[in-house]
Amino acid sequence: MYPASFEYHSPATVKEALGLLGTLEDAKLLAGGHSLIPMMKLRLAQPKNLIDLRKIPGLKGIKEDGSVIAIGAMTTHWEVESSSVLKGKCPIVSETASVIGDPAVRNVGTIGGSLAHADPAADMPATAIAHGMEFVCEGNKGRRTVKVDDWFKGLMQTAVGDDELLVEIRVPLWGAGTGGAYLKFPHPASRFAVVGVAAVVTLDKQGTCTKAGVGITGAGTKAVRAKGVEAGIAGKKLDQATIEAAAQKAAEGVDVQADLQGSVEYKSHLCRVFARRALEAAVKRAQA
Amino acid sequence: MATATERLFGKSIKRREDPRFITGRGQYVDDVKLPGMTYAAFVRSPHAHARIRAIDVSQAKAHPGVVAVFTGKDMTGVNSLPCGWDLRKEKNIPGVVQDLAMVPHMPLTSDVARHVGDPVAVVIAHSQSAAVDGAEKVRVDWEPLSAVTATEMATASGAAQLHSGAPGNVAFKWALGDAAATDAAFKNAPVTVKKRIVNQRLVANAMEPRACVARFEEATGELTLWVTSQNPHVHRLLMCAFVLGIPEHKVRVIAPDVGGGFGSKVFLYNEEVVCSWATRQIKRPVRWTASRREAYVTDAHGRDHVTEAELALSRDGKMLGLRVRTTANLGAYLSTFAPAIPTFLYGTLLNGVYTIGAISCEVTGVFTNTTAVDAYRGAGRPEACYVLERIVEAGARALNMDPAELRRKNFIPKFADSYQTLMAVTYDSGDYGAAFDKLLTVFDYKKFRADQAAARQQGRLLGVGFSTYIEACSIAPSKLVGALGAGAGLYESGKVRVHPTGMVTVYTGSHSHGQGHETTFAQLVADELQIPIEQVEIVHGDTGQIPFGMGTYGSRSGSVGGTAIQMSLNKIKEKGKQIAAHLLEASPKDMEYANGQFQVKGVPGKAVPFGAVALTAYVPHKYPEGLEPGLEETSFYDPSNFCFPFGAHACVVEVDRDTGKVNVLRYVAVDDVGNVINPMIVDGMVHGGIAQGVGQALWEGAVYDGESGQLVTGSMMDYAMPKADMLPLYETDRTVTPTPVNAMGVKGAGETGTIAATPTVVNAVVDALAPLGIDHIEAMPLTAERVWKTIQASKAGK
Repeated sequence: MYPASFEYHSPATVKEALGLLGTLEDAKLLAGGHSLIPMMKLRLAQPKNLIDLRKIPGLKGIKEDGSVIAIGAMTTHWEVESSSVLKGKCPIVSETASVIGDPAVRNVGTIGGSLAHADPAADMPATAIAHGMEFVCEGNKGRRTVKVDDWFKGLMQTAVGDDELLVEIRVPLWGAGTGGAYLKFPHPASRFAVVGVAAVVTLDKQGTCTKAGVGITGAGTKAVRAKGVEAGIAGKKLDQATIEAAAQKAAEGVDVQADLQGSVEYKSHLCRVFARRALEAAVKRAQA
Repeated sequence: MATATERLFGKSIKRREDPRFITGRGQYVDDVKLPGMTYAAFVRSPHAHARIRAIDVSQAKAHPGVVAVFTGKDMTGVNSLPCGWDLRKEKNIPGVVQDLAMVPHMPLTSDVARHVGDPVAVVIAHSQSAAVDGAEKVRVDWEPLSAVTATEMATASGAAQLHSGAPGNVAFKWALGDAAATDAAFKNAPVTVKKRIVNQRLVANAMEPRACVARFEEATGELTLWVTSQNPHVHRLLMCAFVLGIPEHKVRVIAPDVGGGFGSKVFLYNEEVVCSWATRQIKRPVRWTASRREAYVTDAHGRDHVTEAELALSRDGKMLGLRVRTTANLGAYLSTFAPAIPTFLYGTLLNGVYTIGAISCEVTGVFTNTTAVDAYRGAGRPEACYVLERIVEAGARALNMDPAELRRKNFIPKFADSYQTLMAVTYDSGDYGAAFDKLLTVFDYKKFRADQAAARQQGRLLGVGFSTYIEACSIAPSKLVGALGAGAGLYESGKVRVHPTGMVTVYTGSHSHGQGHETTFAQLVADELQIPIEQVEIVHGDTGQIPFGMGTYGSRSGSVGGTAIQMSLNKIKEKGKQIAAHLLEASPKDMEYANGQFQVKGVPGKAVPFGAVALTAYVPHKYPEGLEPGLEETSFYDPSNFCFPFGAHACVVEVDRDTGKVNVLRYVAVDDVGNVINPMIVDGMVHGGIAQGVGQALWEGAVYDGESGQLVTGSMMDYAMPKADMLPLYETDRTVTPTPVNAMGVKGAGETGTIAATPTVVNAVVDALAPLGIDHIEAMPLTAERVWKTIQASKAGK
């Protein structure tokens, strides 16, 4: 478990990091390192240069910014899990962080690293989609914001440019009557999501769903929005029959991949089961 | 000080070795630091089966920091790794139907690689990174060949052939029992059940990966090998006498702290042989530590049986006959004890704890393009228990009889000294019904069935599973195992050295890699000598210090190794009596040892403390005529029989109808391991064993890709080990039936949980699914998907 040799760089500012990224050959950014370092140790990744972002001030922290909660990209999963701001305003984000890996992973792994790495079985992408997070990328020409539906491009591919850093994740706050839940079927070995479903719903006083987001991770090559499920609940009273009918659409639009943990048939089935369970939990919380 | 009323034997004292382990002060092989150290990295086959056309090491040799590169062709005069168990008719080994094919297993293969991970070259460098970099630069010209990995495909026509000496990939054929009587029993039986039962391949996954450091000192000609070994003397003997042909007395093997073995560290492996050879070439110490990925493809695997089992029953539930046909996958080569596991440690246990009319067992061992299979915790006995308990469960379902009732009808009645089974072995002592009845009481079986009925009304899939088991441990009487094909004796050594101050050092030939010898044996010695445990030190794992010993596996340390120590303690006491009698001017015949002193029977106050006798032995001024000075005794104990622990386990599971996920809600174990020296340590062993057994039932499994022959569960991210939150709190209890085989009456506890837990859990899942018309699940692990598919198939079938 020895990585191939590489050059290590530790920039002090985002600008310096971007400079290195623009000039160094075959460079990888290092955040928490809980995906990249194991891949390097297995020599599946052999970057010539490693740019460590951990010494750059200002990339960490969780703060309210009007109707948005801004999370620095280098904020650890544990900080997200334990944040009183997040637990109070959008608990699904903390809840999702709390089921990532194990405590050792959560203490070092970062939300930005995970969302930029875009492992197809990572947990947070489902919640990012359901909740409608936004991604702030910084390049030499300044900052731009990418909506979640434009973020996940494919297997471990995102909209972040080769010359950009993901610096912040913005979580829009939903209104009163909102409830959300992320539930997953964990891989018995890795604890990654074989299938994970995040559901967020807002109910009005009559119990009608005025806003909904459902994201699915694990089953396919990238996390996706379960549009069929969302359409099945939008504008409806969310009784059991409606939820069950909507959840039947969960695997539609997911490029389900068969592997040791499940056939296409089984994983598609799990998408439907966990969509139903996540919706049930979200509705219960919205009503509470 | 311990007194006669406060015996240490039977007390749950805390493990004395734990402070150093839990504070990171253990000294493992990888902690050995030597001046001039070099580091080895092995070049391994990426193919399951491939011919080596050529190996180009020039670039690797030129890599900065690389000291040497060797291939198999460089290792002239080096022999095959030996297989220590023979199965040949000419040796009169019982049951041999077709002789064992003794195929070669070279430390570095130079013609054909036969499994993914098979080593073909070694790169030795100044640093570990340089070695790994260098290994990447070795160019092997491979000619990939077709491969066979699946057990039942090995002997198929057209299957890839591994060894010219093993046509059809058959390693051996073996049979035990009475086939004719069994046929007759089946012919007349009113009820028969037949099931295909697959016991999947497992990876041992010791926490510490295998490692070695080999150092040759040219000045003295001495070689020291630090190695993760469960039996350092066996390593030394096999390596010196069979492979390298170097003088045994010039070789010292040290197995320091070792982090788990589960059998996988019993065997002689390629890497320690290559490093021991290489240090003699380069005259510098060589270190190798396996990565976890290397461990997955090179540590001997366990289990991998495909079995057809049949049970014949009377209508009222008497077991009339049992017929078992098993194909056992041995992997690509014969590991050290591989042929013994699916034969004498498997077939002999198929009698279980039941009175059965007739039994017949046939086993075919096969070679495949997979990692070698050998003993893994339980070794053969879990496979036997699994077959028997699963077919008994199926029998109960066929009879529509309560599975607890079927078992109770057939237990061998209580016996105190011997029971001759139909499968060659003679049990030592047993009260199987008592253990099972205790289980039913602790478990509250009646209440569970009521709860289950209520749960089923609500549509919940709740089930209970039972398993009884028998284990042959305290391995083993040397003459007996010799007659069965063992290349070794299986006695154990124990040396007790009393120092002049009365301190005691004990040297055991057994080895602790988690078992707690430093506690249990010290407890035994302090109890026997009635001295504070702080005065006792246990030394193990170093051929330079300990007498020749056979090591630890087969739950033998306490019963065999402990008895050897006890024999030496008896000799110490006898000699001490002579010394004390002389000091007291009494007759040795009138002396007794009590309360830590030698005293004249019936004369209070006329006594010499243990320490004073020890001092006298080394300062023999006032000393019996003709008696040797010193107080040090060595004993070798060869048991007269195996010991046979037994017990009964139960577990409750609930199956999630939606996902097929199995949740283990409750686990109750009643074990009988004879007398217990340290109950806490025994409980710990039972707990760990259950975790491994449940792991096999629900999660673990080495899976090879049928096309490429790659091990697709080759890491901790893919191979699901049990974790604490996947298991319930265990409820453990015991019955105590001492063995007559050894003076302490201890049987062995290291493997019981692993043997019993797997069928217990699978039986529980089958019981949970019974309302859906499901009476059997063929293969493990019972992953959520497998259970879900079973449920779907049952729906489709209706």
